[in-house]
Amino acid sequence: MFKYSKLVSTMAVAGVALFGAQVAQAQIIKIDGSSTVYPITEAVAEDFQKAKKNAVKVTVGISGTGGGFKKFCRDETDISDASRPITTKEMADCKAAGVEYIEMPVAYDALTVVINPKNVFLKQATVEEMKTLWEPAAQGKITKWNQVNPAWPDAPVKLFGAGADSGTFEYFTEAMVGKAKSSRGDYTASEDDNVLVQGVSRDVNAIGYFGYAYYAENTARLKALPIVNPKTGKAVEPSAANVENGSYAPLSRPIFIYVKAKSLEKPEVREFVEFYMKNADKLVREVKYVPLPKAAYEGNVKHAKSKKIGTVFGGHNEIGVTVEDILKREAKM
Amino acid sequence: MQPMTTEQIRVLIARGKLKDTIFQAIGIICLAVGLLVIFLLVSDMLMRGLDRLNLAFFTEFASRRASQSGILSAWVGTVLVMFVTALAAVPLGVAAGIYLEEYAKRNWITDIIEINITNLAAVPSIVYGLLSLGIFVYAFGFGQSILSAGLTLALLILPIVIVSTREAIRAIPAMIREGSMAVGATRWQTCRYHIIPYAMPGILTGVIIGLARAIGETAPIITIGALTFIAFLPPVPFSATGVEGVSAGLFDWVMSPFTVMPIQIFNWTSRPDPAFEVNAAAAGFVLMGMVLSMNAIAIYLRYRMRKNIKW
Repeated sequence: MFKYSKLVSTMAVAGVALFGAQVAQAQIIKIDGSSTVYPITEAVAEDFQKAKKNAVKVTVGISGTGGGFKKFCRDETDISDASRPITTKEMADCKAAGVEYIEMPVAYDALTVVINPKNVFLKQATVEEMKTLWEPAAQGKITKWNQVNPAWPDAPVKLFGAGADSGTFEYFTEAMVGKAKSSRGDYTASEDDNVLVQGVSRDVNAIGYFGYAYYAENTARLKALPIVNPKTGKAVEPSAANVENGSYAPLSRPIFIYVKAKSLEKPEVREFVEFYMKNADKLVREVKYVPLPKAAYEGNVKHAKSKKIGTVFGGHNEIGVTVEDILKREAKM
Repeated sequence: MQPMTTEQIRVLIARGKLKDTIFQAIGIICLAVGLLVIFLLVSDMLMRGLDRLNLAFFTEFASRRASQSGILSAWVGTVLVMFVTALAAVPLGVAAGIYLEEYAKRNWITDIIEINITNLAAVPSIVYGLLSLGIFVYAFGFGQSILSAGLTLALLILPIVIVSTREAIRAIPAMIREGSMAVGATRWQTCRYHIIPYAMPGILTGVIIGLARAIGETAPIITIGALTFIAFLPPVPFSATGVEGVSAGLFDWVMSPFTVMPIQIFNWTSRPDPAFEVNAAAAGFVLMGMVLSMNAIAIYLRYRMRKNIKW
């Protein structure tokens, strides 16, 4: 029978658990941030722990790019995953907390505009057409395909897109509409890209956008829509090759990790970053992203050694920037 | 009014019986709908996840390869968090319930406390997460640990435990209490030898219902910072830490980072590779199994304890 003495003893145990706890967390590398970068970092973390026979522990969280930077600039994590460059406000937060960082591009993500495989009239689209379709002024007005382009049929438009908190949404609107976070609101928005995959795969008149990995895993259910590169005038479909040679623009973007300079003094973090850059090419391909040129990864390792502190973006996102560009620039805190 | 003929009475009874049957049918249909939904849900998860339900699924950490991925860190995390939750919520909740029922004076302060406890049960769980982020994670410095998560969920289920303790105590006949007092027992002795043992089956039910709610909670746990990828377990007490000559303390595990089942499931369902959906279904089935077995234990304990009560 349950006696009160048992209650008292559980209370005592709880008390000890509350106040007697001592922290012994040696050698944990803490990473948090973007869900877009997560698959890459997770793959690296998994292989790194195996390579080190679990002597070093790595944790990876998904708080989103913004949430990740909040923790990073509060000095809680060693590395922050980011699908966009650090913003002016986040730079100020980090500065206030005395957190110095090294910015490292790790891969390209190609935002992919997808349509239903049964859709026969859409062969390609221009940035202007996408703008007409997605800009805030289109809300409630552009509801038929022929309103965007007279050559397209008189059929209803079904829109699927990223939720307003995601970096994908920010980049897509900036690249297509011309202003970050400026989009019509009457579309099916979801932070869960699988919802968008299902939506587009079930409706012949649907169009949507998300990261390339979700398209690459679902090519049987989706068709990628080639987007006309404004510089060359040629329609280019998203693929590893087209991203690597730079022709898939403006929807391909670099994604980053930010490494805390202080953490790089710890041997396990330095090793982790070196491991990351050495295996990035293989692992990035495996999780269906597009790897950077080799020189970029070597550059990252060099920057870690020479402590190239700060960002090269000055707090603003840029459309159509190449990694070669990024690596050459001067970094600022 | 004229007296009814036998015929009329028969019609009246038949009408009443018909209504009875109709109500019974509606009741059974309602029950069947509920059962059918849960049956379909469980069998759907089982069928989709069956391929992955093997021993390795329980002993492997999560991986980027769906077929090698397991739920080791998730189920261990869930069990440990639930353990901390129970340790914190049961003594606090039961003591608060006993105090309110047996000791507290009936006045406006007690009334206010009572109303607030009832209201607390309806507060959205994310609010508890935000509260804990401020108090446990930062102010107390527990960090993103099993301890923070356990205490958060303890707060969440505290109202349920308090309310069910009070209900259970109220169900004890007044004569038991009076009889105990009449033979000279103090109030505490009455509580100890009569009230608590007799209320225990009811209290236990409340605790299990609370824990069953807590086990599926995701929002507050994410708020306080549970992780998505973690391929190591909290330190076993007195095990080697890797540092020469230092072994883990008895309670080191409570400060360890962790993940839990619902987060693992959520992560798997939102991945690009559809193969992970099989893992998610399998993990969902395991989580259902955990909840069901908790309920089974509660029913068993309640049955055993009831047998010992002789009024």
